[in-house]
Amino acid sequence: MIEVRKLNKSYGPVDVLKGIDITFDRGEITAILGPNGSGKTTLIKSILGMVIPNSGEILLDEQNVLGSWRYRDKISYVPQIANFPGNLKVAELIRMIRDIRPGAMNHEKLIDLLKLQPFLDKKLVALSGGTRQKVNLVLAFMFDAPLIVLDEPTAGLDPVALILLKQMIAGEKAKGKTILITTHIMNLVEEIADKVVFLLDGLIYFHGTVAELREKTGEGNLEKAIAAILRDSYA
Amino acid sequence: MLKILKYSFMDLMRSRWSYVYFFFYLVLGFVLFFLNSDVTKAVITLMNVIIVLTPLIGTIFGVMYFYSSREFTELLLAQPLKRKTIFAGQYLGVSLSLSMSLVVGVGIPFVIYGIFGSAAIWDFSTLLLVGAFLTFIFVALSFNLALAFKDRIKGFGFSILMWLFMAVIYDGLFLLSMMIFDDYPLDKLALGATLFNPIDLSRILILLKLDISALLGYTGAVFKNFFGTGLGLLLSLIMLSVWVLIPGALMLRQAEKKDF
Repeated sequence: MIEVRKLNKSYGPVDVLKGIDITFDRGEITAILGPNGSGKTTLIKSILGMVIPNSGEILLDEQNVLGSWRYRDKISYVPQIANFPGNLKVAELIRMIRDIRPGAMNHEKLIDLLKLQPFLDKKLVALSGGTRQKVNLVLAFMFDAPLIVLDEPTAGLDPVALILLKQMIAGEKAKGKTILITTHIMNLVEEIADKVVFLLDGLIYFHGTVAELREKTGEGNLEKAIAAILRDSYA
Repeated sequence: MLKILKYSFMDLMRSRWSYVYFFFYLVLGFVLFFLNSDVTKAVITLMNVIIVLTPLIGTIFGVMYFYSSREFTELLLAQPLKRKTIFAGQYLGVSLSLSMSLVVGVGIPFVIYGIFGSAAIWDFSTLLLVGAFLTFIFVALSFNLALAFKDRIKGFGFSILMWLFMAVIYDGLFLLSMMIFDDYPLDKLALGATLFNPIDLSRILILLKLDISALLGYTGAVFKNFFGTGLGLLLSLIMLSVWVLIPGALMLRQAEKKDF
């Protein structure tokens, strides 16, 4: 589905990605893990074309996507920080995105599911962080794109919304979609992820299943397994 | 692009600042007529205000809009849209809404006081056209600066500095060089210097149109002698268009390469 080849990116003197080679397969949920500043968001934003890599290739369905824009129709993206133009109301924002990007279908269902009706006439600046994140989820999941990219989607969500999010992700997976997710919540990873990618200092430290990661580090618990990797790397 | 333009335009049209800007011009127009009922004189006073103020407002609004719509921009960047489309749309949205505040705000009092029946209608239209040009130019320049600096304070600082340079310092330096190199023929230099500052260029364009030699100043007089009124008008209009196109193109090029 997506193939990243020798991806390099530096911001000034800081090398964020140092030759990333990775393939994400169709129908799999991959969790991208790593400490702060390890390049998770940069990798995701490179795939989306928001960050322009210094070198390397990104292929989506065997097509090189760097520098093009139409391929983004195949991607739903939930960004890390849900900030929107504050002057707009929720309903207007949803209508606007639908207008800009045709093809949205299940927004009404999602609004029902996430209980957003009372907020539709509220301005976006007046919303709490969690509610904004829900709006964010509606904006991404209302499109039927084969690739879903979620950057810290759990931020600010209450437990009920978190359960809904998991259900939504499971539902999309059942449709055969490829899902990339970054998070620091290991329970979520253990529950939903098929594969785990661990980034460390701009390199892929590990790519495999959760069970393999446990095996490699000799820790039964994923959180401890990650902590073990970090301890080794800091030492 | 039209959709982006529409939303940027609407976003600005709802903001309080657009109304402040609009009412400022409305009040200014009425006050001018209250003080003297001569349309031509009102046009000249208005020119002095417009030539300094539209660049300032264009600069400030441009930078402010760019930084405050950053999240919106990121949302758009994740959609199947070309970067050029997004930025050109936002740029036109800001420039058009500001130009509209100017044209409608100043237009209403002038229409009420009978601009359509007056001989000054063309002078007045030229003034509005120049105001719109200056808005487009300075919004493009400020977008460039905002793209170049991630830090808002720096972006704001350099934008204001750019405005100050164009509106005040440039003329000062120019006069200074005139005094120092008094013994040399400076006509060509003066001409060149004028072309490189859109504010000077606008002033000359309007004064040529108004045909008031007394106000033309040194550069204006040289300009008029050199090109004559007709060619001078045409040339300054072309130069103003170049001043829109080049910063606009640079802005789009910068946007293509930027990381968000």
